[in-house]
This record gives sequence, C-alpha cells and structure tokens, in this order.
Amino acid sequence: MIEKALKGSSVYWGWIIFLLCIIGAGMMAYLYQLKVGLGITGMSRDISWGVYIAQFTYFVGVAAGGVMVVIPKYLHHYSKYAKIVVFGEFLAIAAVVMCLLFIIVDIGQPMRMMNVLLHPTPHSMLFYDMIVLNGYLLLNIICGYNTLLADKKGVPCPGWVKPFIYISIPWAISIHTVTAFLYAGLPGRHFWLTAIMAPRFLASAFAAGPALLIMILLFVRRVTKFDPGDEALQTIAKTVCYAMIANLFFMGCEFFTAFYSQIPGHMHTLEYLFAGLDGYGNLVPFMRAAIVIGLFGVFLLLVPPIRRNPKWLAVACAAVFVATWIDKGVGLVIGGFIPNPFETITEYHPTLPEITIATAIWAVGGLIVTVLYKVAISVREEQARA
Amino acid sequence: MYDTGKVIIGLAIFACIFLFPFLYSHGSAAPKPKPSLDTPAIKALPQKKCVEDTKFMITTHMQFLNNWRDQALRDGNRWYVNKEGKKVWISLQNTCLRCHSNKKEFCDKCHNYAGVDPYCWDCHYDPNGSKL
Amino acid sequence: MNMDRRKFLKAAGLTTLVGLGGKGVFELLKPGTVEAEMAHEGHEEGGQEKGSGPKVRWAMLIDIMALNQEKIEKIVHTCHHLHNVPNWGDPKNEIKWIWEDEYEHVFPDSYNEYNHILAGLPFLLMCNHCDNPPCVRVCPVQATFKRPDGIVAQDYHRCIGCRFCMAACPYGSRSFNWLDPRVSLRKEIAQGRKLNKRFPTRMRGVVEKCNFCVERLAEGKDPGCVEAAPDVMFYGNLADPNSNVRKILKERVSLRRKLELGTKPSVFYLI
Repeated sequence: MIEKALKGSSVYWGWIIFLLCIIGAGMMAYLYQLKVGLGITGMSRDISWGVYIAQFTYFVGVAAGGVMVVIPKYLHHYSKYAKIVVFGEFLAIAAVVMCLLFIIVDIGQPMRMMNVLLHPTPHSMLFYDMIVLNGYLLLNIICGYNTLLADKKGVPCPGWVKPFIYISIPWAISIHTVTAFLYAGLPGRHFWLTAIMAPRFLASAFAAGPALLIMILLFVRRVTKFDPGDEALQTIAKTVCYAMIANLFFMGCEFFTAFYSQIPGHMHTLEYLFAGLDGYGNLVPFMRAAIVIGLFGVFLLLVPPIRRNPKWLAVACAAVFVATWIDKGVGLVIGGFIPNPFETITEYHPTLPEITIATAIWAVGGLIVTVLYKVAISVREEQARA
Repeated sequence: MYDTGKVIIGLAIFACIFLFPFLYSHGSAAPKPKPSLDTPAIKALPQKKCVEDTKFMITTHMQFLNNWRDQALRDGNRWYVNKEGKKVWISLQNTCLRCHSNKKEFCDKCHNYAGVDPYCWDCHYDPNGSKL
Repeated sequence: MNMDRRKFLKAAGLTTLVGLGGKGVFELLKPGTVEAEMAHEGHEEGGQEKGSGPKVRWAMLIDIMALNQEKIEKIVHTCHHLHNVPNWGDPKNEIKWIWEDEYEHVFPDSYNEYNHILAGLPFLLMCNHCDNPPCVRVCPVQATFKRPDGIVAQDYHRCIGCRFCMAACPYGSRSFNWLDPRVSLRKEIAQGRKLNKRFPTRMRGVVEKCNFCVERLAEGKDPGCVEAAPDVMFYGNLADPNSNVRKILKERVSLRRKLELGTKPSVFYLI
C-alpha cells in the first residue's frame, strides 16, 4: 500500500521535499555531533539531560495518546471511531520512531547501543523502556497495517490481529508509565520524586496525543476528500478536555504539596520554573504561559458551541498541545536538574546544532505521518467511492 | 523484459563502479605487515616469550584482551595465570606495552593493513609514544 | 519432513525469539549468573572474597578539622594527575573526581545557618561509593556496578553514555565527557602538564567519577588522596569492627551526606 504515498499533488511533494531538507540539515548537524561530541549541545555537568531527552519524554506521551481512540472502538465498539483508529495508530508509529531517534542522538556512545540488549539489566528502567517502546512500535505497525489492508480489501479484520490490538491497550499505558518511572525513582531529584509522576504523564499524554490527532484530522478534512466525522472529532475533543483538566489538577496537587508543606527541596524547582530563583528564571515566561494557554484550551473545549466550531477546535487543541509541550518538553526535564544536588543553579541554553537535530527529528516524525496518512487517506477515499 | 536497453546500460555502469577498486589496484597488493619486536625491553628479556605463545597471541589477542578487560575490571582479579602456570599482571599499558613499547611499529602495522581501528586506543595509549 | 514456507518462517521466528530471550531470562531469574559463570575462579589481591556476606567494605574518612587550602589543592591535584583527568577550565565541560565545596552546598538539606563552625570549614566531595547506590540501580548495561568490596566501579568499555547514572546520583559526583578529553589534555601537555603514563585516559561519551583508586589498591598502595594527605584522609575496612576506620569513628563525630535518602554512603566527614 506504500505505493499510494508516491502519488500526490505538487503541494504534497513540496511538503515532502521541505521535510527532507530539514532532515538533511539535521543529519549534517548530527555528523558534527558525532565528530566533536555532545559538547556541542547546551548540556553540562549539572544539566545532563536536555532537549533530546525532553522531546523523547514528550513524544512517548503523544504515542501513548493513541490508545484513547483504540479503547472506545475495540473495547466498547464505538463505531464512530471505526474510520480513524488507524490514524491514531499511525501517529503513534511516528511518535515512537521520534522517541527512538531522540535517544539515539542523546547517548554518548551510539555505537554501543546494542549493549542494552547484550547485557540485559532487569533492575534498570531504561531496559524496560527499550522493550516497551520497541514493542509498541511493532504492535502499532502490525495493527495499523493489517486493519488498513483489510479495509482496503473490503473484508473484516483478520482474527489473529485482535490479540495484538488488545495487548496494545495496556502496552500503551505501560510505555508512559515506564518513562515516568525513569524519573520517579531517582532519590536525588526532588522535583521528580513524586508518586504522581506516572498519573501526570498519562493525563498529559491523553491530552496531547489526541489533541495532535484532532489537529491533523481537521487539516486532512480540509485538503483531502476524507471526512473523519464530526461526532468522532467531538468525542476525541471531550477526551482531550477531561485529560487536560486532570493534568492541570495534578499540577495543582504538586503545587499544594510543595507550598503547603513548605519543604525547600520541593518548593525550589517550582519557584525556579514559575517565579525565578536566586536571580535565575529564563523559563518563567514559558511556564506561566503554559498555564494560561492550557486553561484557555480547556475553556474552549468545555463550551460546546465553541468546541463544535472547527476553527476554535483547532485553536483549543493547539493550545493544549503547546501547553503540555512546554510543561513536559521544557519544564519537566530541565526543572529536575535545577537546583542541582548542591542547591546551586546552572541554567540551560540549547545550542543551534542541538535545536537543528531536534527539529530534524520532528521533521522525521512529520514525514512518517505524511506518508502513512497519505496511504490511509487513499484507502479511505477508495472505500468512500466504492 | 521492459526497457531492456536501459537495464543493460544500468547493469554495465553498476559493474564498472563495483569493479573499479579491484581494477585500480590490480597487480599492486600491499606488502604483508611486519610488526617489529625491536624494543629495548624485549631485547633485555632472557627468554623472548610473550604472555602466551606467538601463534596464540596473533590469532586470539582480540578475544584474549577482552577477557583480560573483564577479568581485571569487572571481577577485580588482576592476576592472570598463563598456560605454563606463570602469573602475569593484567594491564594493557603496563604489561603488554611495557615490552611492546613501539605501538606504531607493532600494533599499528597489522591493524592498518587489515583496516581495523580498535577503540582501545581511544583510552589506552603507548606510554613511550611521543604524542597522546 | 514436509514443511511449507509459512511453517518454516514461523519456526525460525520463534527460535530467534527464544535465542534472544535466553540471556534475558537467565538475567531475570538469577541476576549475574551468566557473568559469574564466565568469571575466573579465585580472587587474590584486592581484598575481595567470595562467600557469605561482605567481609570488606572500603570507606573513606575525611578529617575536615585538619583540612586546609594547601592540602585540598595537593589532594585534588594528586588525584586528577594520577588519573589523567582533563582540566577544561569551564563549568560546562568540567570533569572532577574530587573537589572542594562549602557546608551549605555539601549538606543542603540539613543546613543549619547558625552553625558557624561548620560554615567556616572546607569540605572535600567525591563519589560516596554508596552501599545502596542508585546509580548502579539505574544503569541499563551494568557499566557502573558495585564490587564485592563495596567500591562502585565504572566500566568505560561498556558505558553507552546515557547519563542515567548522573541523573540518579543524589550527590552530583559524576562527570560526563561531553568532548574528547584528549583535546584538553594535549593542550595542557603543551603547557607543561605531565601525564600519568601508567593509567589510561577516558574517551568522549562516557561517564567517569572517583574510582577509589582500585588500580592502586590492587598493587597494595594507598589511594592517591590518602597518600597526598595521610593526616586528613583515612581509608579502611568498615566491615571489620577492629579496623582503623572503625576505631576513628568510635572516637570522632562523623557526618555523611544525605543519609535520609537511604544510599548508605561510605564517605565520612570527621568534625
């Protein structure tokens, strides 16, 4: 079915070439990083994880968000999602590939990647992360491809695919729980040492993933003949709304625990992120904006007449996406390292090569989404004609 | 077959590109490497013996050094007992390179010939070498 | 045997999975079994013993009251010279195995701002070689591991540079080689630095930290910091009730960093 991605308008091909150019620039930057080392990034002895791992963390969430369309369709037979589950699965594929790429560009000795397989370490969370991410990628490829192929041929989905679909549901929960466990079990980092880390991750994942899905589907409805269906989009939007409310509530809980207990270790990172600490505060405007934008998005999604307006729906989902991205992709990872174990502050400034590589990986995700969605849309358009 | 002419031309171009390296260096094989054992430490040895016999070292030193690495670093056991029962202190820099103090004329000769770049030298270095 | 292509592919796939999963299952059921079986029998020097319970637990005692700037510089210089630690000169890329800081930053969670005595004393920081090390728990390839004698070791050959251990360490003891350390070393050699030719450098992309001078202990020598200032740094076997360190700990008040985290550090500060 991949051949369907090779036929497109000049706009389609222009977009593909644009993405390939960004990817090319990223590859040059990555070759530079391979030559000189990770020192070309803004990471330092105090901030040992930066843009790459932050983006990895965010996109694991986006990947897990796909389960929000799988559960209603396959466990509760919500037929309105029948046509769009595959788009959630394909989005998850792109997101997981981005995650794997972000990890590859972040490790200091990428040629030793296979050591994680050669020396399995069941007490390390990264070991399980490797398993669940690759497993989820495989599950989504199997489920997405086979269900789409069955649709194309006009036959029901083969029986052997069903177990994989059912497994993918708890598996999606597991990928983001394991990623949260990377952070939540570290004794020295008080900002991360909270039991609510995994629930917070899942809430923000179930907001961000479907929000991105809605935005892309609205765009698809505009430029192709495929219509996902208004009711389907509205149901996903309600999911995003409640997940985002839960996410904001969890953030509120974090604030309460920190500031009611008045324990310095718990307060300091939140102070740094939202108010500035000891004269440092380069993230403050972003974090405050994230709260405002997130609340704005929730408001738009809560009011039915606004939510039903496609333009405002897109704005709301963009707001939720941006807010969760700032919270998880910027604030969470950097915040964990500030203040450092000595209660001093080193700030983080990503460099241009680092941003180029990260942008290129975003472009890889965009490319995968473009190609896979082109295939899926072609199949749906054929089905509609038949 | 469709486009027979184009396929044949493509195959011919591919064959040329593929065979070019062989044709270019036709008749001029690189000479067999001769690692030099001419070091003061080896000259001063009463018996010119390495940790194990030469043939074993030539064929297995890669795996042998890996075992040394794991034994010394991961197991903490820095004494190796060779096939003759003699105890040898495990250290690339202080045992191997103490006798073979000419990395460029010894180690590098075969490595360059075979085109291998062992990552050992990213950390370990010839203590008698002039440059790091 | 009558087999069609589908059956063959299924069998091949299953065999591959079992083969790949074999070591993993071994590791899950009995961690370290496969490595132990490949290891050599018999330990001699180095103070390690096989058997039941730890007979050796190396600990380092630092007498803060006897420390002064001159001794600090000598200790740091000795350690970094012995291990060819590069001096990048900027806090972004710096590598440090042992360094100085003050009371407020060494004990940030139990900082008593009215304790002017401690506030006026210099502290030396290094890897604490914890008995319950979080860095070892998180390393995905066991590149950092706890030796039977209590020292937390780093295997630079296996480290993939993921820096999970740096995030896990509550003490900030670990440094990463963001760049090739030899780039700095060559510059320093040109300015007169002498390398310790008996010890390798590291490569870029791996984490490093104090290694309790395992290479010197193996030769029966004292750790470099102890040799540089034997009136300030004491090391010995914490598991032996009659050792020198246990005797000192009976007579002197001692502090350890961040004990509430349960890492059981092995570095004691004598006050």
